[in-house]
Amino acid sequence: MELIYLDHAATTPVHPKVLEQMYELEKEVFGNPSSIHAFGRKAKYYLDESRRYLADSICANDKEIIFTSGGTEANNLAVIGTALENEYNGNHIITTAQEHHAIIHIMQYLQKLGFHVTYLPVNERGQVSVADVERSLTDQTILVSVMTANNETGIIQPIDEIAALLKEHQAYFHTDAVQAYSMLDIDVKKSGIDLLTTSGHKLNGPKGIGFLYVADHVPLKQLQYGGLQEKTKRPGTENLIGAVGYYTAAKLAMENKQNNFDKYRSYKRIFLDTLREAEIEFEVNGDTDIALPTIVNVSFPGTKVDVLLTNFDLEGIAASSGSACTAGSLEPSHVLKAMFGSRSDRMYNSVRFSFGSANTMENVKEAAINIAKVVRRLTE
Amino acid sequence: MTEKTRVVIGMSGGVDSSVAALLLKEQGYEVIGVFMKNWDDTDEFGVCTATQDYEDVIRVCNQIDIPYYSVNFEKEYWDKVFTYFLDEYRSGRTPNPDVMCNKEIKFKAFMDYALSIGADYVATGHYARVRTVNGKIELLRGVDTNKDQTYFLNQLSADVLAKVLFPLGHLEKKAVRKIAEKHNLATATKKDSTGICFIGERNFKEFLSEYLPAQPGEMKTLRGEVKGKHDGLMYYTIGQRHGLGIGGEGEPWFVVGKNIKENILYVEQGDSNEYLYSDALIASDVNWINEVESSFSCTAKFRYRQKDSQVYVTILEKDRALVEFEHDERAVTPGQAVVFYQDEVCLGGGTIEQVFKNEKQLQYVG
Repeated sequence: MELIYLDHAATTPVHPKVLEQMYELEKEVFGNPSSIHAFGRKAKYYLDESRRYLADSICANDKEIIFTSGGTEANNLAVIGTALENEYNGNHIITTAQEHHAIIHIMQYLQKLGFHVTYLPVNERGQVSVADVERSLTDQTILVSVMTANNETGIIQPIDEIAALLKEHQAYFHTDAVQAYSMLDIDVKKSGIDLLTTSGHKLNGPKGIGFLYVADHVPLKQLQYGGLQEKTKRPGTENLIGAVGYYTAAKLAMENKQNNFDKYRSYKRIFLDTLREAEIEFEVNGDTDIALPTIVNVSFPGTKVDVLLTNFDLEGIAASSGSACTAGSLEPSHVLKAMFGSRSDRMYNSVRFSFGSANTMENVKEAAINIAKVVRRLTE
Repeated sequence: MTEKTRVVIGMSGGVDSSVAALLLKEQGYEVIGVFMKNWDDTDEFGVCTATQDYEDVIRVCNQIDIPYYSVNFEKEYWDKVFTYFLDEYRSGRTPNPDVMCNKEIKFKAFMDYALSIGADYVATGHYARVRTVNGKIELLRGVDTNKDQTYFLNQLSADVLAKVLFPLGHLEKKAVRKIAEKHNLATATKKDSTGICFIGERNFKEFLSEYLPAQPGEMKTLRGEVKGKHDGLMYYTIGQRHGLGIGGEGEPWFVVGKNIKENILYVEQGDSNEYLYSDALIASDVNWINEVESSFSCTAKFRYRQKDSQVYVTILEKDRALVEFEHDERAVTPGQAVVFYQDEVCLGGGTIEQVFKNEKQLQYVG
């Protein structure tokens, strides 16, 4: 049985060119970028090259890039670091109810520290409203954090409008662009984004590397202490092989962005068309017109998500939903809850499918045919 | 290529279900391990025994190379098992949640789930056997008489049993441990879980007090002599000797009954005290795995791990039955299961509803 991977929003396979680059680098360059000798200089050269490229990819300055272990760490540094460094300006933070747990749980921690957090609702299309952000702003607001695109629905958020709104306000604007970075053109300067999170393994790079963009005017408190690396904001010997892997992956992603965008959009179309042709009952959660091409979240009325996912897996189809709860069981999706309310069945019968480099037109279609078969068997 | 027979096995993270999964795999089935999460015991540190048990399931499944999943039945368990459990205690009886769990969760909700993922059979690590004789499905005791678990399986129907495999039924517990050790299974030396699954290793009294208000009251003899105080009727069961705190001369004291209305715990002295004994019972919710005569002789158990007693059964209306004992029985307790056997075959069972002595119902046992 050929396995079909439809879970690229969880993680992606490392691109062969990335693997090759990392392997070659690790063979040749093992120095510590902080060392002052030839070995160190060589390592630093590759680290700086990587940083420069990644900075360019979002129109930032290379001094504004902090390498982290990934998206979660970047979010922690962005949100906690900004909150703690700016608390003399206020104690209010605005975010949305559909953020990734690596924002929601950080916010809950800040609430314990005494910060006041507003979780804005999202509509059934899957978007937060700019007017709600505006209404929630007070003179105490120091940070607004809204993801660029949602990881469960793929719905793109109006971050340019939010950033514009904040231009005249003291609050800094952070966006978690982990899902969007490889698909959307991002210009942090033009948009007025102050902090932005990305992660390497979502775009065919290695796990364990990501970066936080911090505009140079944003004061940030460091969360861990040690050496002088990453301008002391993120001490610890740099993950050179990770950074180079990330750079290589990002380069491939940026160079093929439009191609990939169109390709994945056609995958999504063929996927949904195949489900429709099979005449099973389903609904897409959120508005496809404002979604990333890589992600589609589908509700199958009359089914249960754990039964669906197990059946798909046994048919060789890898997909996912919400997030894992204790002991491997599934927690109802807080994203769908935010969109449809806690009494909606969609929380219990929806699956996220996400497309990427492991897909072809053929295997996406084949997966959809088999998914429809499972759904028909379960609902008959 | 013909498709393999698919068996979905319920795995708890214990040695029994681990070995059961291994044996099925060796027998050539397509085996899928599933962990059932029925209870949320996450403590204030975010630690939950289910997480640790699931880790063990994962290790074993990786060792024997089968896929594994987790399924959540917390809601079903709460509605069907825990609510029953509390209701029974509230009415002064001693429930058997394991019987209910098998009936409602493992062999209903879980079986439905297993069938929905294409199972041909559902398996568990119970010590019991299923055999087919002339097209008739029978439930048989496990070969290890000390571990036999048919007592807890008495509510299963033949239709359900037709889809069940018990790979451990023909094995002794010792042999199961040996197989686990021989294959180096991660759970080979794991301690057997004791007690009711949702209480785990916790103090029973403390657990129950979180859900039911304890009403302390008086401890009296049936003639009305006050012997002390009790902590709440739900903490005691018929025949109980320990924890009464009645000192003094002579033979030990035993719980013989309860008066829910007046909140009295009845106690009497001496293990051979007549009030501890009965000679018949009426059972409700009686399940017969196969058809039986309207009255017949067989053996029965009134508690798990008790020796069989000779009884005479008369079917009453609907799912009730009168069970007369050949010899007087000690501490037959309402709420517990009475399970019937014909030699090796488990015929079925029911819930002990009323207890009699000399054709008079013993009101005091509750």
